[in-house]
Amino acid sequence: MPDSTFLDSTELVLNMGPQHPSTHGVLRVILKLDGEKILGTDCVIGYLHRGVEKIAENRTWAQFNPYVDRMDYVASVSNGLGYCLAVEKLLNMEAPPRAQVVRVILTELNRIASHLVWLGTHALDIGAITPVFYCFREREEALNIFEKYCGARLTTHAFRIGGLQYDTYEGFEQDVKAFCDMFPPKVDEYEALLTGNRIWKGRLTNVGVLTADECKEYGVTGPLLRAAGVKWDLRKAQPYSGYEKYDFEIPIRQNGDTFDRYIVRMQEMRQAVRIIRQAVENIPEGPIMGKVAKVIKPPVGEAYVSIEAPKGELGYYVVSDGSTQPYRVRVRPPSFVNLQALDRMVRGGLVADIVAVIGTLDIVLGEVDR
Amino acid sequence: MADEQKPGGSEAPLPAGGEAAGQPAKPSPPKPAAAPPKPPATMAATPWESDLARELKERFGGQIGETSTYLGQNFIVAKPEAAVPILEYLKLEADFDYLVDITAVDWPKRPERFDLVYIVYSFPRNERVRIKTQIPDGYKPETAVGVHLTANWLEREVFDMFGIEFAGHPDMRRILMPEEWQGYPLRKDYSIIQQDQRWVRENLGIESGQ
Repeated sequence: MPDSTFLDSTELVLNMGPQHPSTHGVLRVILKLDGEKILGTDCVIGYLHRGVEKIAENRTWAQFNPYVDRMDYVASVSNGLGYCLAVEKLLNMEAPPRAQVVRVILTELNRIASHLVWLGTHALDIGAITPVFYCFREREEALNIFEKYCGARLTTHAFRIGGLQYDTYEGFEQDVKAFCDMFPPKVDEYEALLTGNRIWKGRLTNVGVLTADECKEYGVTGPLLRAAGVKWDLRKAQPYSGYEKYDFEIPIRQNGDTFDRYIVRMQEMRQAVRIIRQAVENIPEGPIMGKVAKVIKPPVGEAYVSIEAPKGELGYYVVSDGSTQPYRVRVRPPSFVNLQALDRMVRGGLVADIVAVIGTLDIVLGEVDR
Repeated sequence: MADEQKPGGSEAPLPAGGEAAGQPAKPSPPKPAAAPPKPPATMAATPWESDLARELKERFGGQIGETSTYLGQNFIVAKPEAAVPILEYLKLEADFDYLVDITAVDWPKRPERFDLVYIVYSFPRNERVRIKTQIPDGYKPETAVGVHLTANWLEREVFDMFGIEFAGHPDMRRILMPEEWQGYPLRKDYSIIQQDQRWVRENLGIESGQ
């Protein structure tokens, strides 16, 4: 056990995880408690460390593409998009317009799917059993579209460097439109269950507060930052894949507590539907693959490309030495960086709140540990 | 490709490049292909002209080797001891209030073996800058935790993967690998199937994880 956690006669050291249902994977948190009050925490991570960055150096640029899906596995489409954009940046090219629009549709569908996993499990942790069934019911519809499109539901490997491998299937547009019509009333349903619920509000309000300055200090991005009142979303700030063409809002809230983060994510799902609607209305005709050599050999150089993943800024720092294999791929995972703020969010709070805070962080341990 | 210009001389002189300049042609072409971690031919970066680059050069003088742009992304190559002061300057004077990432790249053939890379972003300016320093093996760069709290875990990961120890870091432990693990996985001389046999034997009770 690390020095930072020690026993004192009035203090209790409690081990939470790695096998604990509310840690959403294999996260171990060592809590130092004074009664019910949390005096400090120490996260032990790395149980899922597979050395993704090392694997990258031993694969070709294209071969590494499926591996990124296994980091944040509930948002694999976003991971793939970030990696493809990074390599495309090194190659100094862009995917053709049709590919870009299809990418946006699938990425936003994936954002909804990811937020649904968050909402279902977060509510379940806090004691609301029903939402998880509702959420997984709708998530199924999104996953069905992925399955029809590329054959996989979870680790999709939907995109290729330079564009797409598969064109949209017969009836893709109808399926997506049907999802867009079906989904917003379901969000109303979730909100009817939770938003005004006294227990829900009581458990979330003023819990795990993170102010805007603290967010910046800890490098926390995504819905956590937006719930603290910072109107910042990479899709608007540094648009990629044609996001500048769509009309959508960045939902923000001011208090930076768990309840505000809940509201922000709910609104983000509605905004995602709005983007998908606009995208699916006019998918341009044309090629789906840009001009990319069979053997990808980016010129010597480096690039950092980041996207707004469901959990925050997902960045890829890629270095090429001019060969067919990446010299270095660094993944800047939002979950890893956001998890660091856990201590600040729960210190001084009650031990029961840590479950709510881990839920609201929306971490995926596959991405924390890579 | 090719070692051209670079007035700042920030890239270390490469043995292979020097030879090629002296005696052209014959033995050089097959050689680089044979060695997998090839020394870097410098990327085709162009100088970065902006007020910020000028300000930084004025303020830090010789500690900044070059300010360049590649693919529209700006970066500074600086002396290792200047990295944290530059981060601090950027944060306090230029609104670069968000440290995005710290990472390293291993170039085993170079005398300054590691590139240590800091990526910062400014919310007000909507601008990203990379700060790169080159450090030899065993050099202990100063920690950036005093400037950005987020550096804590990021530096721990760099230490865990590359064995770069940060001086003054409040909690310099491994973060992803087991604490007693020997070796630094992301170094180029660490093979992909390599593992700490002793750790595996003692902790997992098996001879090999492969």
